[in-house]
Amino acid sequence: MAVPESRVASESFEDLALPLFDRLYNFAHWLTQNRAEAEDLVQETYAKALKGFSSFQPGTNFRAWMYRILRNNFLNSRAGLKAMPIAEEESEKRDNLSATQETPETILLGRLDQELVHKAIEELPVVYREVLLFCEFEEMSYQEIAATIGVPIGTVMSRLSRARSNLRVIVRRLQGSG
Amino acid sequence: MACELWREKLDAYVDGELARRDEQVLREHLKDCASCAADALDRAQMKRAIQCAARCYRPDPAFRAHIRSATTTPGWTKLAWRWPMIFAFGAACVVLLAAIWTNQFWSHTRQQQLVSELVDLHVAALASANPVDVVSTDRHTVKPWFEGKVSFTFDLPDLQNSPFTLIGGRTAYLNQSAGAELIFRIRQHNISVFIFQESALRQDCSLSNASDLNFHLDSWSRNGLCYFVIGDVNPDDLAKLVTLMKS
Repeated sequence: MAVPESRVASESFEDLALPLFDRLYNFAHWLTQNRAEAEDLVQETYAKALKGFSSFQPGTNFRAWMYRILRNNFLNSRAGLKAMPIAEEESEKRDNLSATQETPETILLGRLDQELVHKAIEELPVVYREVLLFCEFEEMSYQEIAATIGVPIGTVMSRLSRARSNLRVIVRRLQGSG
Repeated sequence: MACELWREKLDAYVDGELARRDEQVLREHLKDCASCAADALDRAQMKRAIQCAARCYRPDPAFRAHIRSATTTPGWTKLAWRWPMIFAFGAACVVLLAAIWTNQFWSHTRQQQLVSELVDLHVAALASANPVDVVSTDRHTVKPWFEGKVSFTFDLPDLQNSPFTLIGGRTAYLNQSAGAELIFRIRQHNISVFIFQESALRQDCSLSNASDLNFHLDSWSRNGLCYFVIGDVNPDDLAKLVTLMKS
């Protein structure tokens, strides 16, 4: 969603930012797992974005810019500070996990219901949850995700791979316990 | 390529991030490899399942309204980026208005100068011991007198059955150009009719119903000549002479 310079010049902040509201809220809720905190996060994101709109560089990706602000706000929040280090530890632990460790035939994702997947995404460490949501829900390209979270594309790919691998493990456990 | 190597690329394949050439080769491989095909199908199904499950949190309408009102900028701030253009437009308008005003001012000033000069010529002629150089009531005498003295010719009206009498004529100068001054009389009032070339005046010669120092003045242009009628008579008498001159 690279916004041309002429468009930024002619459109106000609200024209660009309000259409993203539902998705930003959805993403914030996924990060915080809490309605009130999600609302605070979105409100703070819009306030900071509005304040810094003059520094937004026309021709760059406005959506990525908004998500970057939201993500940074989250990382600086109490919930974010708590979630991210755990997530990094998780990533270290699971570095050796292969995405293909599970046998597709045994997982039977085709029969998964939404509630199960929802629970599995909730259980994912934030660092994986966010790249998964960026990729699957926001349908961002790897490059766009890399720009949003400020990591190389290779890191995005490995995090995605681990996120999917972890999700499979969680889904299988939930299926087993269900 | 071994299935293990292909499976490393399956995520990028379902995400549409695989290079076109690799994508074509992988697609061929999937046709022949049931295991990899099942894996790819599984990943695609998972992708769909995540997409469906992820779209679940909807903001409260009140919160949406709150953000909208906090984000919506007043109309005047929405115009902020246009301010330089508005300022430039305003400045251009001011310059244009100033130019129009200046032009009108100078035009008015030039007309006033013209009126003053015509009044001076009229008064000077009447104050002179010899107000006219050709003394005649006959238009056929007065008109030929100007031949060779001015570089144009004009028609004089037949004044029979009119209250006006032709006294005579003289050469007058305006902007260093020679013109004709004809003096008519009605009762005890003298009226000057000045005729100059339009090109000599270098300005619009329309001074209809002007007045200066209680002199009344009218003017018109025809065939490249400007006519000015000036006198201390009432405006109605002046208008009658103007009608006669125009006929």
